[in-house]
Amino acid sequence: MGSEVTLRLSDAMADEIRRHGELAYPAECCGVLAGRAGETKEVVRLVPMHNRRTDDPHRYLIAPDDLRRTISELRGCELEVLGYYHSHPDHPAAPSGFDTEHAWPWYSYIIVGVDRGRAAELASWVLEDDRSAMSRESLEVFSEV
Amino acid sequence: MSVTVSIPTPLRSFTAGQDSIELAGDTVGQVLDGLMATHAGLKRHLLQDDGRLRNFVNLYLNDTDIRHLESTATPVRPGDVLTIVPSIAGGAPVTQTEPQLSHAEVLRYSRHLLLPEVGIGGQRKLKAARVLTIGAGGLGSPLSLYLAAAGVGTIGIVDFDAVDLTNLQRQIVHGTSTLGRPKLESAEARLADLNPNVRIEKHETRLSSQNAMEILREYDIVVDGTDNFPTRYLVNDACVLLGKPNVYGSIFRFEGQASVFYAKQGPCYRCLYSEPPPPGLVPSCAEGGVLGVLPGIIGSIQALETIKWIIGAGDSLIGRLVLFDALKLRFRELQLRKDPACPICGDTPSIHDLIDY
Repeated sequence: MGSEVTLRLSDAMADEIRRHGELAYPAECCGVLAGRAGETKEVVRLVPMHNRRTDDPHRYLIAPDDLRRTISELRGCELEVLGYYHSHPDHPAAPSGFDTEHAWPWYSYIIVGVDRGRAAELASWVLEDDRSAMSRESLEVFSEV
Repeated sequence: MSVTVSIPTPLRSFTAGQDSIELAGDTVGQVLDGLMATHAGLKRHLLQDDGRLRNFVNLYLNDTDIRHLESTATPVRPGDVLTIVPSIAGGAPVTQTEPQLSHAEVLRYSRHLLLPEVGIGGQRKLKAARVLTIGAGGLGSPLSLYLAAAGVGTIGIVDFDAVDLTNLQRQIVHGTSTLGRPKLESAEARLADLNPNVRIEKHETRLSSQNAMEILREYDIVVDGTDNFPTRYLVNDACVLLGKPNVYGSIFRFEGQASVFYAKQGPCYRCLYSEPPPPGLVPSCAEGGVLGVLPGIIGSIQALETIKWIIGAGDSLIGRLVLFDALKLRFRELQLRKDPACPICGDTPSIHDLIDY
């Protein structure tokens, strides 16, 4: 089962995710959580991505070509993809069936709820190894001095 | 003689932390089988229950997506690199407002439900849709038959004619048993027999500047099956003013054409022809004749475009005019552009109300 790894990101980055969610509202935003994984997963950088689904505001898609480009850019900075963030316009920050169905193991999935244009709760989720569900992962938002 | 499979981070817990694995095989499929045979934990993340690759799993052979090659049958050579690349997808729970399908409907539409482009979601969109067809004649016949069969929930029909013996050579929604009866009643009976789940709304009137806005306003999409210019301009203008798509078709003798006019995304009919021709210049079917099969083809294209619009599948005919020549059996396509000087959808429109020509 999911090893208990904490995802850490700064409050400035959490705010950036919230802002991206508000900006994209009523559609969904999406982006990459880039950083280093060890005892914890340390998010060092956010990479906002193009949402390639424009047909349905309740969906997001990061295309493989976009992701390959981002992965190789990050590799140049010795960073890797730790997970992704996306917004749920007018829905809670919990994974939908569609999220679970499309999730990859190990990655952290941060979801920010955007309630009538205003960012609300933010939570991170990981897929169970048997793909049965996503469980909430420990998320530490620290303030940068 | 082996191929290198590059494993993305999320899957490395299933490969004992290895980021690449050397495997033998002649095709992508064989290499994959080998990979999953040695690392069984990968299987449920890469394959669906039916054994096919999950749609968010992408495989690149060197730098090319195998979907652009021969998929899993793509041959591999020693030294090739096969990379597993995720697509990342998800989204909020969908608030379904579309009506549910009954068991009988699931059975009735089973051949639609098998298509991923339609599925339950698309079929429910069809059930929720409100389509207005102008005319229950040559184009309106196949059009309304296919829309009803496809399960469009509400079909409005505007017509004020009665079934005449000369209609039956092409107007297949009517029959000998309904000769002399209003076309609306005749069509309603046939469509209700074809699919009793469909609601037929009858508008027994001649479309005019007085009633067009009121009638069209109640529908999501309008399909123009008229045979005359005054109505065609009326339908176009009302659709532009109401911001609705207009699925256009017309036929003459052995030739037909079809397009989707939607001023929000492309040209309207007036971008092509800003004014109607003088009355009497262009002969009607009654004067010029028409091969009976022709409206079947053009009306079916209109039904197709309407259904695609509703379910959001494929490329629409917006900005394209399809020309069909029955004698040569040839389709041609013209690109249409939005005219900035169009009197109704251009930059400085001069038409703000409907006109009776």
